[in-house]
This record gives sequence, C-alpha cells and structure tokens, in this order.
Amino acid sequence: MTGWLLPLLRDRAIRLLWLLPLASVGLFTLVSLAPIDPVQAYVGARVALVGPEQREAISAAWGLEAPAYERFWLWARNAMSGDLGDSITFNAPVVQVIADRFPASIALVGAAFILSFVLGTALGLIAAARRGCWPDRIIRGVAVVLAASPGFWIGLLLIAVFAVGLGWLPPCCATPPGMIADEVDLAARLPHLVLPVIAVSVVGISPLILHTRQRLVAFLESPAATHLAAHGARPLWLAFGPGMRHAMGPAITVHLAGAGELFGGSVLAEAVFAWPGLGQATVRAALGADAPLLMGIALATLIFVFAGNLLADIAARLLDPRLGTEARQ
Amino acid sequence: MTETAFDGTDMTGAGRTPRGAVRRQLRRRGAVTIGLLAAVLAVPLLPLDPLSVDPFARGLPPAFAFPFGTDLLGRDVLARTLAALAVSAQVGLAAAAVSTAIALAFAVAATFSQTADRIVGVLTELALGLPHFVLVLMVAYAAGGGMTGVILGVALTHWPRLSRVLRHEAQTVAAADYVRISRALGRSRGWIARHHMVPHLLPQLVAGFVLIFPHAILHEAGLSFIGLGIEPHLPSIGIMLADSLRGLMAGHWWVALFPGLGLVLLALAFEMFGETLRRAADPREGVA
Repeated sequence: MTGWLLPLLRDRAIRLLWLLPLASVGLFTLVSLAPIDPVQAYVGARVALVGPEQREAISAAWGLEAPAYERFWLWARNAMSGDLGDSITFNAPVVQVIADRFPASIALVGAAFILSFVLGTALGLIAAARRGCWPDRIIRGVAVVLAASPGFWIGLLLIAVFAVGLGWLPPCCATPPGMIADEVDLAARLPHLVLPVIAVSVVGISPLILHTRQRLVAFLESPAATHLAAHGARPLWLAFGPGMRHAMGPAITVHLAGAGELFGGSVLAEAVFAWPGLGQATVRAALGADAPLLMGIALATLIFVFAGNLLADIAARLLDPRLGTEARQ
Repeated sequence: MTETAFDGTDMTGAGRTPRGAVRRQLRRRGAVTIGLLAAVLAVPLLPLDPLSVDPFARGLPPAFAFPFGTDLLGRDVLARTLAALAVSAQVGLAAAAVSTAIALAFAVAATFSQTADRIVGVLTELALGLPHFVLVLMVAYAAGGGMTGVILGVALTHWPRLSRVLRHEAQTVAAADYVRISRALGRSRGWIARHHMVPHLLPQLVAGFVLIFPHAILHEAGLSFIGLGIEPHLPSIGIMLADSLRGLMAGHWWVALFPGLGLVLLALAFEMFGETLRRAADPREGVA
C-alpha cells in the first residue's frame, strides 16, 4: 500500500456518485417505456374475476396515473432512504426480495467464479507450455467453441447426461423436493449446486484460457525466459514456476473485471435449473411487468459489476507494483 | 488494443504469421461463413413445414425419416431447427448492422467534438456498467419483447467495444503525418475522409460487424428461452430449448442437442471469421 489506495477509492466513489443517478434515470426510462400493462400482467389468468373498477383501484394503488417524471421523483426520494418500492410479483418490498435471494445467487456465482478461474488458468497454462502441440490445439479449440456456446444450452445438456441419463445429480432446484428449505443441511444442498455452477462457469472459462495462454507465451518467449533456459531451466518448470507467477496476476484482474458477466449468465442458468436466486427473480419480474423489482435488481447488478471492477483495479496494483508507481507519476 | 512494446516486440505472445497465411485463412473462413449464412437464409425457400404436427410421430429419437428426431408434439426437430436458424440469422444481421452503425456514429462524433467525446464516454460507462445480458433484457423489456425487442436490445448494448476501436483508429489517422501533409496541401475534409479515413476504418467496421453477429444470435436465443424474445408463433432456437425441458426429463436428449448445436455452429463460423478479419485489419497483430 503505497498511497495509491485512497486516491483510487476516492476516484471510484465519485464515479459511483454520478453513475448511480444516471443509471437510475436510464433504467427508469426503459421501464416506463415498456408497453406491457402491469395491471394486466398482475391480473393474468384471473381476468374474468377482476372488473374494471378493481383494475382502476389497483392502478390507483400503484400510482400508475401520475406522469413518469413524478413517479421517478417519488421513487428516487424513497430510494435515497433505502426504500426501492414494492415488488408486484412477490408482493414484498424489493429490498427484501433481493436480500432473500442474494445468498442463493452469490453461492452460484461465487462457486462458478472459482471453478472458471481454476479451469481457465490451468488450461491456459497447459496450452502455453505446450504451444503449437496437440494439447494447445485442443484447448484453444475448446476455448473458441465455449465462447460460441450459450451457457444455458450447456446446462440443458448437463441435465440430459448427468441428471436424466446417469441419474447422478438432481436436475433442478436448490433443495430436495418435499423438504422445507431451512431444514436442509449443506450436504443435501451441494449436489444441487454442481450442474448450475458448471453451466454458469462456461461464460468465464474461455476468455481466461486465451488470456492466460497469451501472457505465459509472452513470458516464455521473453529474454528473461531465454536466459533461464540457457541456465538449464526445464520448459515445464519455466511454465509452472516463474511463468505462472507472471500470468496469474493479469488473470485474476481479468477474471474479477468479468465477474459481472457471470451474473448475466446466471440469469439463464437459474431459469434452466429453477434456482431460487436473483436471476430467476429477474425473469419473473420482466414477465410480470414488475417495474420496481426490475429497477432494484438492475441497480444491484450495477453495484456488483462496479465492485468487481474496483477489486480488479486493486488486485492489478497489488499484484503488479509497476502500476502503482505509474499512477503516482 | 494491441499491446506492442516500443522496441517492436509483440506482447500478444506468438510470432507474426506471414500476411499470405492470414489472407488464405481469411478467404477460407469467409467462404465457409458466407456459404453457411446464405444456406441458412435460404431455408424459408425450402418446402419445409416447421409447424406441422404428426400425432403418430411424437417424441421419436433420430432416425432416417427424422434425422434430428421429433418433439413431444410430433414436430420435426430438423425442420424446426433450420427454420429457427433462418430467424436467428435475420435477427443477428439486423442487430449487428444497427449496432455497428451506432458505433460508427459515436466514434465519428467523438473524433470531431470534445463534448460528444465526453457524452459517448458516459454512455459507454453506463452500457458497460450492467452485465450484458441484464441490459439486453431491460432494453428488450422496454421495447415490449418480440423481434424488435431483441434487435434493439442487442444493438443498443454491443456498440461500446467497436466504437472504442474506431475512435482510436480515427484519432490515430487524424494525427498522422500524412494527413497533416494532405491538409497542408489543401486537400478538403471530404478528400481526407475518403482517402485516409475510410480505408483505415472500413476493415475494422467489417470485423466489428461480423464479431457482433454471434453475440446477437446467442442473446436472441437467451431472451427467447425466458419468453422475452421472438414471438412464440415464429420458430426460434430459444423457444425450442425452452420447450425441450419437458422432453429432456423423459430422456429426449435430441430436442435440446440439435437446435443448440446448429446455433453454436453458426455463431462459431462468425466468431472465427471475425477473428481473422480483425487480425487482417490490424497490421501489428500476430497470431495469438
């Protein structure tokens, strides 16, 4: 810590201070533009049971008659005191819905973050150490194909193979059927996590493989590596000893900066596996025209992405001391 | 974008490939991609009926009569996959075209005006501030779903990267000696734009367009999968995959495997072609 941390934090705090209000205005505009009638979405199949008077009453209770800017102003004033409104689909405060579903989401995204990091860097290192040979070709091929594959489709294939075909793992949900979520212990939960985590990791593996490989190749072809090789260093030791240290720092930075994309992927993976996290809530909010919840989740993901980028900046400086001095000069 | 040290060492890793090799790869991958695209777009001309239901052929595994099998309603998975890919390709082309146009407009505006540069910078921060799919979903929701929603969702979210590349390129060219000499010789702005800007920007523009396409079709599938994408009466890979969940539980793996495989193949062709285009557009770029 050579005095770069505080200026960095101050800089990012200022950025968040203008980013949040601007994003709120943008997201509110998007949500208000939607042509879906929230009352109609709420009434849904009970259309025969709800008369026009009741529709008007619902509409008035939600304050839908007021013009958009007035509604935004009201929303923004409440948001500043920590109240993001009430979710229509869950019939609960938005903050509470997000808080309830956050643990499931963070378990999924966090595990996928670790898995994709381990797999991505390991494969990248192997590819670079054996560059030009068949392991390199195969790994690069895998990376390119993964980049072009939708994670939720991989999830469907995983269900077909491991849940239906082999019967090893459960195909859905976070807990065994017929049990109350609070009574399930960790051992019973873990099998439910495996397939969704793999499906979410797919998003993060491929860029990491290519990046790690590129960094390690750059090191292995540098004068420093040639020097070590001339002193008798074995190629494999070069790759996994000093080379790995060279490649790991940037890999951590890249992975942290891309953590937000894992959350994006988890929206679809949660839909496939009926995982009770924020992603599933996003889908239900969008289909149910639940504007307050959509706003709340979108802002939560904004903070998530922001935190990932901030951690990436801090990690980059911690792991590469040269960056710190550059910033000071 | 490329990390080249001052002494000319190529930091991207591998050595340079001879230009001839890149050109050959470009021709090969371009032919494959454009051929595939043309084939997929021509599917609606075939006498296929993706909607026809055969009550006596429900949930059949792949066989000679139905190479991709049939779904639980007795629809031919092959016919539906091909028809859905045609829709995917149309959506992908439209979304990539609009997104590329936005990127170009922003890059040009940012090159000529500092205020515009700042505004584009703020818009970039906003567009990159949310996970891609969440923002795509929000825009699609705002547009009321459907094909327009998907196209707008992808188009309004995928311009920042290309815009940044174009802006960098335009600024580099604008500051280059040969442009200053042209200006000193009294060449008009239009002449400079035609003779110096366009030849530099066009290859990046084409590469950017080709590279946005796979994102567009993958996002389309995702949005349609959760019910916010293509209208349900149209064939769509995303809707097929959403329908496949029930079949999967009965062991019908083919209803999920083949539609996804078709989508991956189309995305992969564009991804690889785009990479080669990008490499060909950048003389400093080696083969990574």
